[in-house]
Amino acid sequence: MAPLAPRTGDAVFANVERVNAELFTLTYGAIVRQLLTDLEEVEEVNKQLDQMGYNIGIRLIDEFLAKSNVSRCVDFKETADVIAKVGLKMFLGVTASVTNWDVDGTSCSLVLEDNPLVDFVELPDTCQGLYYCNILSGVIRGALEMVSMKTEVTWVRDMLRGDDAYELRLKLLKQVPEEYPYKDDE
Amino acid sequence: MASTACFIIVSRNDIPIYEAEVGSAVKKEEAAHQHQFILHAALDIVQDLAWTTSAMFLKAVDRFNDLVVSVYVTAGHTRLMLLHDSRNEDGIKSFFQEVHELYIKILLNPLYLPGSRITSSHFDTKVRALARKYL
Repeated sequence: MAPLAPRTGDAVFANVERVNAELFTLTYGAIVRQLLTDLEEVEEVNKQLDQMGYNIGIRLIDEFLAKSNVSRCVDFKETADVIAKVGLKMFLGVTASVTNWDVDGTSCSLVLEDNPLVDFVELPDTCQGLYYCNILSGVIRGALEMVSMKTEVTWVRDMLRGDDAYELRLKLLKQVPEEYPYKDDE
Repeated sequence: MASTACFIIVSRNDIPIYEAEVGSAVKKEEAAHQHQFILHAALDIVQDLAWTTSAMFLKAVDRFNDLVVSVYVTAGHTRLMLLHDSRNEDGIKSFFQEVHELYIKILLNPLYLPGSRITSSHFDTKVRALARKYL
């Protein structure tokens, strides 16, 4: 019998290696700062962060599957749940709540109350329009793409812009059927 | 609360990065200029004094009529300077320590360039609240 999929990431979180939260926050801050200096345009920085997140995501999914004992999800609802409860807990140490499902169950919101990336951060006037945590949306998009789900991930609410929580909108565009790279008779 | 008080933060490169008139007295244009002038004049004394002691809080480094200048020098040589007419030394010390903590939070913000002007309105409100509480 396959082991039961964990409902929370607490057990995994307790076992993985961790770094000091401030080191993590400030390192990420330094990356964003450097991107702002290099690319100058806030829009470009958003794009670059998303791309970096994507590159992290397509690798991170392997580590996630190896360490978390999550089995195949039956539908997108379960996928979203696993991301919110296990994935985010494992790599960020926080959990999100999944809300605002649309009728066909293809898009939902992940609401984060707490976000370790943004400690100390305050958006100055020159950086309005910056999605500071855009790397997260990229990570999720990249990770889901590796398990054959094309998604679109966007920020709806951002505490740095004066909202009361962080809300990520997850939209399933299409499920790519798995294809074998070779034919049976070859 | 003190009737007159002027608070500025001077970066290590001698550039003022934050200013606030925090007294309860009626604000006058020329008084503000005069306050800046007195604080500016006190910078030289601070420079000499800062290296003679290990304490961060330098009380009453300079005076002008009934106005006294107290300074707090952080480890990074940023100077928090207060011009005041009150004699509440403990209050001023606590004020400096708490503003120092706020200043550290500002420095930790990755989007803030050290040595640039502090534009955060959150910081401004907090400093004014502290001034009301301690001075």
